[in-house]
Amino acid sequence: MSTQAAPEDATSATTRYEGSVRDEALRAQARTGRTFTLRINRGEHGDSAGRWESYDVELAAGMVVLDAVLFVQAKHAPDLAVRWNCKAAKCGSCAAEVNGRPRLLCKTRLEDFNLAEPVLVQPMQTFVRIKDLVTDVSWNYRVNEKIIPFRARTDRPWKFYQRDVEKAQEMRQCIECFLCQDVCHVLRYSGEEKPAFFGPRFFVRAAGLDFHPMDAEDRVGQLRGEGGIGLCNITKCCTEVCPANIHITDDAIIPEKERAVDAFDDPFRGIFRRNGAPKP
Amino acid sequence: MSVALEYHPFESDVIVVGAGGAGLRAAIEAAASGASVTIICKSLLGKAHTIMAEGGMAAAIGAVDSRDNWQVHFRDTMSGGKYLNNWRMAELHAKEAPAEIESLERWGAVFDRNDQGGVMQRIFGGHTYRRLVQVGDRTGLELIRTLQDKAVASKLTVFMEHTVTKILLRDGRVCGIAGYEREWGRFRVWKAPAVIVASGGIGRIYSVTSNSWEGTADGQAIALEAGAELMDMEFVQFHPTGMVWPQSVRGVLVTEAVRAEGGILTNAQGERFMERYDPKRLELSTRDVVARSIHTEVAEGRGSPHGGAFLSIAHKPAEFIKKKLPSMHDQFMEFAKVDITKEPMEVYPTTHYVMGGIRVDAETAATNVPGLYAAGEASAGLHGANRLGGNSLSDLVVFGRRAGFAAAQYALAQAPAPDPEPAQIISAEKEMLEPFALEDGENPFTVQEDLQKMMMEYVGVFRTEAQLLEARAKLQSLQERASRTRAAGSRLYNAMWHAALDVRNMVRIAGTIIESALLRKESRGAHSRVDYPDTSQELQKVNSVTRRLDGTLTVRYVERPALPAELATVLEAKDAGVPA
Amino acid sequence: MKTTLVAHVGAPGFGRTERRDVWWLEPLWAAVGLAIFVAYSTWAALVGNNFAFGPYQSPFYSPYFKPPWWPLSASIFVLWIPLGFRLSCYYYRKAYYRAYFLSPPACAVSEPKHEYTGETGVLLRWLPVVHRWFLYLSILILIWLWVDAIRAFDFDGSFGIGVGTLVMLLNVVLLTAFTLGCHALRSLVGGNVRCFSCAPLGNARYGAWRFVTRFTGMHPWMAWFSLYSVALCDLYIRLCAMGAITDLRIV
Repeated sequence: MSTQAAPEDATSATTRYEGSVRDEALRAQARTGRTFTLRINRGEHGDSAGRWESYDVELAAGMVVLDAVLFVQAKHAPDLAVRWNCKAAKCGSCAAEVNGRPRLLCKTRLEDFNLAEPVLVQPMQTFVRIKDLVTDVSWNYRVNEKIIPFRARTDRPWKFYQRDVEKAQEMRQCIECFLCQDVCHVLRYSGEEKPAFFGPRFFVRAAGLDFHPMDAEDRVGQLRGEGGIGLCNITKCCTEVCPANIHITDDAIIPEKERAVDAFDDPFRGIFRRNGAPKP
Repeated sequence: MSVALEYHPFESDVIVVGAGGAGLRAAIEAAASGASVTIICKSLLGKAHTIMAEGGMAAAIGAVDSRDNWQVHFRDTMSGGKYLNNWRMAELHAKEAPAEIESLERWGAVFDRNDQGGVMQRIFGGHTYRRLVQVGDRTGLELIRTLQDKAVASKLTVFMEHTVTKILLRDGRVCGIAGYEREWGRFRVWKAPAVIVASGGIGRIYSVTSNSWEGTADGQAIALEAGAELMDMEFVQFHPTGMVWPQSVRGVLVTEAVRAEGGILTNAQGERFMERYDPKRLELSTRDVVARSIHTEVAEGRGSPHGGAFLSIAHKPAEFIKKKLPSMHDQFMEFAKVDITKEPMEVYPTTHYVMGGIRVDAETAATNVPGLYAAGEASAGLHGANRLGGNSLSDLVVFGRRAGFAAAQYALAQAPAPDPEPAQIISAEKEMLEPFALEDGENPFTVQEDLQKMMMEYVGVFRTEAQLLEARAKLQSLQERASRTRAAGSRLYNAMWHAALDVRNMVRIAGTIIESALLRKESRGAHSRVDYPDTSQELQKVNSVTRRLDGTLTVRYVERPALPAELATVLEAKDAGVPA
Repeated sequence: MKTTLVAHVGAPGFGRTERRDVWWLEPLWAAVGLAIFVAYSTWAALVGNNFAFGPYQSPFYSPYFKPPWWPLSASIFVLWIPLGFRLSCYYYRKAYYRAYFLSPPACAVSEPKHEYTGETGVLLRWLPVVHRWFLYLSILILIWLWVDAIRAFDFDGSFGIGVGTLVMLLNVVLLTAFTLGCHALRSLVGGNVRCFSCAPLGNARYGAWRFVTRFTGMHPWMAWFSLYSVALCDLYIRLCAMGAITDLRIV
């Protein structure tokens, strides 16, 4: 794995740096070569508390937390378990918690932390630990299977415009890192006993389908029933942690809650609908 | 018999190795053909490297430019591939890609739209017309998510985070596959008469790559081991624009869409150097040409501060950039603290794609091993000596579908697969556990790193006989070291163990690249020999084919079938005159 | 009718977290900010005097309506509308669930282990429904407050601008920005449309939805700004009416 921090390479890269000066480069150069402490919460399957272990890591310019974890894996603890793939914030594999905040390890720059103090890395707390930073996220895949799949409409020509897909496209930016599932207080700490609640990720997925201009299904009843969308008290932590910058609460959950009101709860809307307003 | 029972092999008609675009498309088609399908993938479902594809998916729909049709797409693909392509594959690809786009849309894909209510298409290097169907710069994610949802609705069995280590054969036919669970470390056996290898590329053999860690050549290696032939392995595409700085993201892709949307390449002296290398197509020349140009500029001392070229899109309005290239904007902001709406990016070629791979039949994606199929980047033929941007995503679905269909037909026509030979299973398990037995072996991460550096240095953008011979010698010792890498700790999600097994595959496939590169004494497409700078008409007639016989690697040239007259006419048509 | 869903949430030990920042500052700030407003507004609404000065009318007492037999403050006939609108607002719900119910106190900070029904319980399940009804009523009130703001330019029949005029104008602008950001409004104008180009008046609804979306982004800010602008507007008029300060005429 070529991506381990290589301080000597980084130094040579920055000493070669001449010409028009960028502050950032200078700052990084000044920091390069410094050592800081990475504390990783490690443990075997099912050990939710785990144990904290400290490692010294040499800082390189532009280093992200995943680099530091892989550095530890390559140099200090070869059996350290961490899940990662693209290292470019596109696949959502390396979800964990840094200093208590759910984040993608590959997208969290160490320069943003006070490195005089240890940087803490722990696995997602909502899911059962397999080993070290790797958790069992298979529950999410089982929830996903329940969602009513896309069914193409056949009653009108396949013709629609960019404005018609804007809402769906926002939802489809999701990289399935499950950080929103991790931070959601309805699911957090639930371990193996998950409530009847799809979680933000799957409200996003359902909304992406429900806002598809050519989809013939409607998932609002499902979300209100087995999806448990009523359990969401819109406290917006999912939105705060989303690395794909999806406005999960404003653009997925609240619109679905409003559609549920339209479809089931608001007697006035019911009258309007009976008067011929188009059913979604 | 008792051994097979002990392992409780999971039975199905078709096994698909890999859940990227090709694997999922194959699985969907095989299931639709009535076969029971098992998908085995190395990561979680939906994380495959396909999601990293950014720019788009080439299909001659003509939704934006009505002059486009399959003939022009065919011609562009052949011309981009320097006529080394399997012409039948290029023909099928150009003809069938539009229908695949339609299927994806009917399964829920949400592509960008044009003002006429159809799909938006963008221009890309080497394509004559605006041809790439896209979703901003996250087209691959859209493809994966659509196929993933369709696959879930097709009720397939998916084994996530499993690595396959051996294709099991009985009487020369495929009867199953062996591997292990990455999470729990258990050995597993799957039984099926047909296996489709759709395991992606080999980028991780090189130190600077746009590929995720998964690109460790597993599929190619186990197919080679099972007797399949590899083709055109010397053709490794270096994408011209990878990130250069900071170190930790070196190699991460900067999509070609940046250039497609008007990005300009300059050197340290502010020259728009593509004017010298390809005055007609400039930044939108084919990838091999642009990669070599940047490499040359840097080598001759006109590089940017971190050793690359400047790529700027800042002359476009900020709103336009954020709308057309949102993830590029974020990527540079997050990782390099560079605002691409104001400042130029620094870019340098990065290992991106292997045109070579498992040799397959164009119609069925079948290999020379009965029951073994391959599709996507793991297979060879479509792209010839150089792949055009956007042709990969359409490759995945066109040939994924063909592989899935053919494998299902084959499997359903077979009697149930015979049980794998116990001896094969035992040896597969033994090989899998070997790293734990080598207590004083080497750290696999070190060997991987050394292999990657060696390949980058000696088998990179430019090659010479001397360098390649040196690489061959160095690989010998790396092969030794790789076979003695060890693992420590438990079998639970053990990265060191996984790396030890991966590196054994990586050195094997590195060998096929070096040997094929030594054989081809010409420069063509992505294969640039400094000592043979010209393109040879003679060598246009042949593909290099690698095979492993009794433990030794053999490379030979195999003559390509002649182009039929009607396709030759298409190639010679009027607007074919794109400079080579 | 749907049944109440129950989840078991939280962790042993309230406030469990590895967060290194001052996570309790935000909920504390919200709790204190809301409490100050509630204390002031309750008092201001109940005293029943000093709510008008010159052309200015306190938003707590507008529209002014008081039957002769009514013994208490006139504001009671009006205030339940904005009160209900804000209590059922998606943003305020977030703020008080976090600040008062500690459910959760902050992101990735544990709440005490308990049975949790979210917004499926007997009362809370109706919040999204009543919110849109309060929205309809609030729009009527808002129109009335615009009339008040325009009247604040009318100094006994001649045009003029005082500091109070600007205070009232600013208040109604902030209230409008807050109301335009309402999630229920956003849904009604276009958020519930699946295909704009297929729907009747699709283009107009798309435009309206985009317009409202801009305000939805600043809804949290406007919730606070407009909350305090209402209180300060009342306070300004009250102090003028009490003679504690003098309203400066600008024009």
